[in-house]
Amino acid sequence: MTQRLNWTVSLMLIPAIAFFLVFALGPLIAAVYISFLNWDGVSAPTWAGLDNWTRAFSDPVTLHSIFLTVQVMALSWIIQTPISLLLGVFLAGYQRYRAVLSVFYFLPLLFSAVAIGLIWSSSMLSPDGALNTLLRSVGASSLAQNWLGDPSIALYAVIVVIAWQFIPFHTLLYQAGARQIPQVLYEAARIDGANATQRFFHITLPQLRYTIVTSTILILTGSLTYFDVIFVMTGGGPGFATRILPLQMYITAFQNAQLGYGSAIAVILAIAGVALSLFLLRITGFGEMESQAEGL
Amino acid sequence: MAVEQSTPANRSSKPVRPGARRFRPLPAILGLVWFLVAFYPVYYMFTTSLRTQAGFLEGSLWLPPVQPTLENYVSVINNGIGLYFVNSLFVTVLTVALIVFVSFLGAYAIARIPSRIVRIVFNVFLLGLAIPLQAAIIPIYVLITRMGLYDTLFGLIPPQVAFGVPLTVLILVNFIRDIPNELYDSMVLDGAGHARLLRSLVFPLSRPALITVVIYNALQVWNNFLFPLILTQSPNVATLPLALQQFQGQYGVNVPGLMAAVFLSVLPIIVLYVVARRQLLGGLTAGFGK
Repeated sequence: MTQRLNWTVSLMLIPAIAFFLVFALGPLIAAVYISFLNWDGVSAPTWAGLDNWTRAFSDPVTLHSIFLTVQVMALSWIIQTPISLLLGVFLAGYQRYRAVLSVFYFLPLLFSAVAIGLIWSSSMLSPDGALNTLLRSVGASSLAQNWLGDPSIALYAVIVVIAWQFIPFHTLLYQAGARQIPQVLYEAARIDGANATQRFFHITLPQLRYTIVTSTILILTGSLTYFDVIFVMTGGGPGFATRILPLQMYITAFQNAQLGYGSAIAVILAIAGVALSLFLLRITGFGEMESQAEGL
Repeated sequence: MAVEQSTPANRSSKPVRPGARRFRPLPAILGLVWFLVAFYPVYYMFTTSLRTQAGFLEGSLWLPPVQPTLENYVSVINNGIGLYFVNSLFVTVLTVALIVFVSFLGAYAIARIPSRIVRIVFNVFLLGLAIPLQAAIIPIYVLITRMGLYDTLFGLIPPQVAFGVPLTVLILVNFIRDIPNELYDSMVLDGAGHARLLRSLVFPLSRPALITVVIYNALQVWNNFLFPLILTQSPNVATLPLALQQFQGQYGVNVPGLMAAVFLSVLPIIVLYVVARRQLLGGLTAGFGK
């Protein structure tokens, strides 16, 4: 009876598995195969062996993309982590004005990446956009820049916009984390005469370590997938200045019709993502989180 | 930062929530600075959308236009944004319905069957959380083309279902596992089959989790850009984000028009945010917020 019951229940798994295998896991595996082909998507593919792979690691454009991606990853973490953490702790307080502010802080979360890209590229950062107008109006015209058109600045401008896009999400994580810190710890510290700064560094920060790990993993692996905002704002330009790896993959595969080479880059992205998460889980001992939390 | 800065007003005898006791000026000032950073671009987008194309560059950075105009909205609507809206709505509703339906069934099976194979399936789904969209997009493009679904709204649905399923299953499994066994047992004793268990026990009890996954997936699909970009090309099947990106080329220097289009595209979600902020934010951090 139970056996038969289990069997019918197993059938319920099939639709979910089918979608996942056919349209997610299968394609990922197929990407590995296609990375060994020469294929423009139209004519018959030919076997390329390791050509696409050796090319990926010798093509200066792709190498440059990898370099940019690492830069984006590092700077995104450096910008987003402290701001999100402080904002999260700030919003963890139950003061009314903070609740009101939070309504506005989280607005960017609702916007599509395309909407965010357009707001920044056409109205905030364009040569006659709000930022330059503001700088000129306070007499700092010399600081006004062609933010997205200058190859030496564009990458940083893009990183700032991406930070604006993602900080609310990480703030939300830190807010939830900070609200779970037992209040007694603060009471005890206060009795011991610890001031606000000391309480932050000795209670809040250590107590948030798992949130920091989660948020870090999401930022670092997430920076391998930044695409929409950059595509909309700069298309990877000017020149190659903002062509990070996902854009290089897109341009290679869908604009230059090199599906094999594009797939090699796609597989590099996937491997980097998985390797990075495993590595971070390893060095932070995040896997042991549960047992540690219980021993608290 | 001084410790003792509590104001007399806060020293009421009423029990207050922890942390609500004192008002500290430094955090408040920094909080206001971030308010400007976070909200100003949104505000500027909206005020720009109310300006005429000719005069928007001379407009104030801070004040809304003296004579707001709706001409940009009229122009965007005449340009057919309604169609893209309907396209996005169609894809979002069908995709989310499919994701939630198949994940709900799957999660029920995973939560209820203590078998090794089921556990393996579950772990494969967890692995799926780590697959970046971009890594699979080339074969997906080939597959959808071979299926004859390229450049159709239907072609956008299956891949987004596939990428929505893992997290949705994860959230639902965690929730369904918490339903006490006794409830199942008593219903099974009453002769209930799986259909009835699902309908009158699991479904009503998982409602909070279902709301979360519906919101999460709906936002993902509504805002998705990569799939429409790669799997469609005709304007009549463009979804909102793709149409917005193409407006950029069409409208060129007409920034107020572009901002009106941006505002219309985010309006439905802002409305949702106003009526159901808590659920929306909860749905956004689904699976990560712990």
